[in-house]
Amino acid sequence: MPTESLQIKAISAHPGPPPGQDVSRDYGVCKFIDTTTCIGCKACEVACVEWNGYEFRETTFDNTYQTMPDLEWNYWNLIRFNELENPDGTISWLMRKDQCMHCAEPGCLIACPAEGAIVQYSNGIVDFHQENCIGCQYCLTGCPFNVPKFNQTTKKVYKCTLCSDRVSAGLEPACIKSCPTGCLHFGSKEDMTAMAEARAAQLREHTGYKDAGVYDPEGVGGTHVIYVLHDAKHPERYGGLPADPHVPAFVRLWKGPLKWLGGLSIVGGVLGVFLHYVRFGPKQVDRSEERKP
Amino acid sequence: MSTGVITRGGTVVPPDQIVRYTFRERLCHWINALAYSYALLTGLALFTPHLYWLAAVLGGGPTIRFWHPWISLIFFVSIFWMHALWRGDMVHTERDREWTRNIKYYIQNRDDMVPAQGRFNAGQKQFYWIMFWSAIVLLLTGIIMWIPETLPHSLHWVLPIIIFIHAAVALITIGAIIIHIYMGLWMTPGSLKAMIEGYVSKPWARAHHRLWYDKVTGAKPSSR
Repeated sequence: MPTESLQIKAISAHPGPPPGQDVSRDYGVCKFIDTTTCIGCKACEVACVEWNGYEFRETTFDNTYQTMPDLEWNYWNLIRFNELENPDGTISWLMRKDQCMHCAEPGCLIACPAEGAIVQYSNGIVDFHQENCIGCQYCLTGCPFNVPKFNQTTKKVYKCTLCSDRVSAGLEPACIKSCPTGCLHFGSKEDMTAMAEARAAQLREHTGYKDAGVYDPEGVGGTHVIYVLHDAKHPERYGGLPADPHVPAFVRLWKGPLKWLGGLSIVGGVLGVFLHYVRFGPKQVDRSEERKP
Repeated sequence: MSTGVITRGGTVVPPDQIVRYTFRERLCHWINALAYSYALLTGLALFTPHLYWLAAVLGGGPTIRFWHPWISLIFFVSIFWMHALWRGDMVHTERDREWTRNIKYYIQNRDDMVPAQGRFNAGQKQFYWIMFWSAIVLLLTGIIMWIPETLPHSLHWVLPIIIFIHAAVALITIGAIIIHIYMGLWMTPGSLKAMIEGYVSKPWARAHHRLWYDKVTGAKPSSR
């Protein structure tokens, strides 16, 4: 593991608090993506594949710049393009770098049944440890952003690590390093939020983008990847960014009340039948009957 | 003392004993029971972190993830086979409803206070139908959980609901199976032998399943 220097905050399917929790203080890291200065060059996609050592995939062509349809198990970073026709007939060419959002309340980790397959570091990075992954894909169920991708061959799930290996060594993520326009920034959550708010205010005050704003959804406790959008009122226009993402209610019910209610019922059931035996005993067949013809 | 009787099903019946389950019924029951036990233990491992150690005991997380659906298929096939064998014996009667109303006497072992029962008593029938309908729900939800990657993203919202239902219904079967195992192993001596060796004593049959006893022995129907 290249993660010795990262403190663990949460472990999937781990009973009790994770070992080493809160032994040291750490600040949350954050990726800030300014969609208003992204030019869709895909350098970040290339840097991601290069750094993580995967093969390039075959591209598809459907008369748009979207030459990759979706994230894949070995393609963790994708620019989503949208040619949006405005009411006045003009075109807004929207592009958003899509990847794992590194939620503060990660639905994938909450849903995961395999101990240690998903960990959250105290700096906010949510990382998959494939050696503990069992391929059940419950993480897909918990993720409101459709990020984790299943590999049919290895039967494991993969996603963006926020370059936990680079970050733990004091480097910025590969995508950030490659961005030619400077629309990608990396730093503490506090600094990135301040920078994003300032940029959004600048857009509102000095350009026509009166609805510009920061995307840092509260429904998942905030994310460690934040966006500035020209139109923060319609995030879904940016390649289906959910307006109000949440960990699904049924995941919470299943991992919360159902888990302790179920455990309690099983223990109660076993105790119940034991008490019955102590109180009433077995149903003895009258032995005297056996002598009857 | 007469010698044992060999039935057409191949079961050797000692004197003063009655065939309770044929070999086919016993085989079906034990295939079902073993498959259910595996699905139960692996399912519990995936249900709660406190029991994830069961995964290690049974070969590791990826192993149980692979085998849980396959072994469960055996459970489903055998319960449908069981349905073909026992469907006729599992129909609820008016007498069963009276038995259920007076279940507290049965629980208190005051069996003379409940109506005489046929081959299966009302409680066994209820257990059977709980398992049968639960199996169908577990099968339908389980197939989707088996291969969620085939589900388009627009339908991903059903996954948490499906997993919740799968877990909740499995818990209902666990409640039922706790009672079933307790009754078979401890509460009703002779039932485990019946399910393994196939026969029961005449007093056992008369005490627990009077109507069935009358029918198979050709005795005069009793009032209760």
